[in-house]
Amino acid sequence: MNIPKNLKYTSSHEWVRIEGNTVFIGITDYAQEHLGEIVFVELPEVNDEVTKGAPLAVVESVKAAADVYAPLSGTVSEVNEALLDNPELVNQDPYENWIVTLEISNPAEIEDLLDPAEYEKVCEQEE
Amino acid sequence: MAQNKQTPLIFEISQPGRKGYSLPPCDVPEKEVSELLPADFLREKPPLLPEVSELDTVRHFTRLSQRNYGVDAGFYPLGSCTMKYNPKVNEVVSRLSGFLHVHPYQAEETVQGCLQIMYELDRMLSEITGMDRFSLQPAAGAHGELAGLLAIKAYHTARGESRRTKIIVPDSAHGTNPASAAMAGFEVIQVKSNAQGGVDLDSLKAAVSPELAGLMLTNPNTLGLFDENITEIAEIIHAAGGLLYYDGANANAILGIARPGDMGFDVVHLNLHKTFSTPHGGGGPGSGPVGVKKDLIPFLPKPLVEFRDGKYYLDGDLPLSLGKVRSFYGNFTVMVKAYAYILSLGAKGLKEVSENAVLNANYLLQKLKGLFLLPYDRICMHECVFSGQNYHSQGVAVLDIAKRLLDYGYHPPTIYFPLIVQEALMLEPTETESKETLDEFIAALKAIVEEIQTDPELVRSAPYSTVVQRLDEAAAARHPKLRWQPETNK
Repeated sequence: MNIPKNLKYTSSHEWVRIEGNTVFIGITDYAQEHLGEIVFVELPEVNDEVTKGAPLAVVESVKAAADVYAPLSGTVSEVNEALLDNPELVNQDPYENWIVTLEISNPAEIEDLLDPAEYEKVCEQEE
Repeated sequence: MAQNKQTPLIFEISQPGRKGYSLPPCDVPEKEVSELLPADFLREKPPLLPEVSELDTVRHFTRLSQRNYGVDAGFYPLGSCTMKYNPKVNEVVSRLSGFLHVHPYQAEETVQGCLQIMYELDRMLSEITGMDRFSLQPAAGAHGELAGLLAIKAYHTARGESRRTKIIVPDSAHGTNPASAAMAGFEVIQVKSNAQGGVDLDSLKAAVSPELAGLMLTNPNTLGLFDENITEIAEIIHAAGGLLYYDGANANAILGIARPGDMGFDVVHLNLHKTFSTPHGGGGPGSGPVGVKKDLIPFLPKPLVEFRDGKYYLDGDLPLSLGKVRSFYGNFTVMVKAYAYILSLGAKGLKEVSENAVLNANYLLQKLKGLFLLPYDRICMHECVFSGQNYHSQGVAVLDIAKRLLDYGYHPPTIYFPLIVQEALMLEPTETESKETLDEFIAALKAIVEEIQTDPELVRSAPYSTVVQRLDEAAAARHPKLRWQPETNK
């Protein structure tokens, strides 16, 4: 299972890449593996405001539809529209194919995110 | 039947000019349709309808109908769906002329029998669930959920508590629960399951607030497990000013044994088309009556059937009612089947339904325990949930096992649901199957597990005996072909 060292994580299987005030958000390798072949991604609107823990996007596979939760609070600055036509990109490379970027409004929340070692434990417990 | 595999689409057997009718000469002067209708309403091109003979049509649809698999053809252990056998006599009863040929606009005094059945069915369902009153209007389970939630909303609003906008739904709930709550305008809060598969009480306590409108719960839940903490759960919700909604989709497990009303629930819906003798799975019609405790009766959909001075009548004078949720009175013939079923089984028979449903599920659970993982190893209710995760290392997914079951002549169980069990395999045998049928099914699963050990590829590529073989489900969802396109098929 691939858990890149340079990212932060949530226990609900989102990854976060922090670049200043902008964060890139996607789902982890563990998440895409367990969802199976992803057939549909529903994106929010740019400028939507989200609070940490609220549903941000939806990924739907042949098995299930799953909410992607906002790991941090902020405003949606970009959505990865390539996923609308090619949702399988999330399976092919879940870390390269981010889903949403946020301009975060409360940097203190970053403290609550998991580091790679903590996230690995979460995955082990779920196995 | 080999030739049945190659049934072309009816469009593909079309021959120009072939037809299945012969009309007599027109006895009025013929006019061009363009003289009769404004140009705006005229098609530019004629519709592309298949041109076929009567016999072509009959054979085509007969062949398609032979591809159906239903409970009348074989075992159908689709968990969460209660695909049980429904006695044919109830179909006959529902088709009696007095039921079938009435019109919803008929005067009340001419349909007293129909109104009596609705009135008495309300009483029966109330007794079975421990509620005080039912509305029979909702046309299906999720429709009942919506009506029940709107009643909860109307109740809080009438008490000046419209701030109550949140509904708690456990993660083991039916998918319709959060969807119905969202549709009714509530915010959904999910709470986790505990290690026994029930509601985690600490998570529940943390989730209640002055904004709480209620909790939606299925008991037994989608793991087929009865939540023994239900009275404590009810106390927590009621203490916070919320109401309890019971999803009755799993009512087949509790008839005559436990009543949602006694557990502390305030609102219940039942799926008559699961539990009370209407076959389902073909798109309906269904029926999802919603029942409530006394305090919520004023908010039920209207009209309700009442009885006074020896006459049944429809009472639409309910000022606080949430209104109508269905044209006329709901799917009436489904109510007739439920009425006939309840009367013919009686209290003792209904209890035996649930006893046998639970016994059959536990028989499967014990017999299959060694073959699959059992994440919640407890006595189950009407269904049991295994995990096929133990075959992951052989590269076999539970999807493959389900597909292989088709070759053994079975409708596969529910898979990948509930979501809280990885590689879930969910079996609901129902009360109407014999021990012999269950044993044959168990033997088929044993044979498949043996195939996984000796020839996993055989299972991975199944099915082989069906009209079409393994389908690419991802491609079908990503690039659906929703209709036949003549230009791409010629």
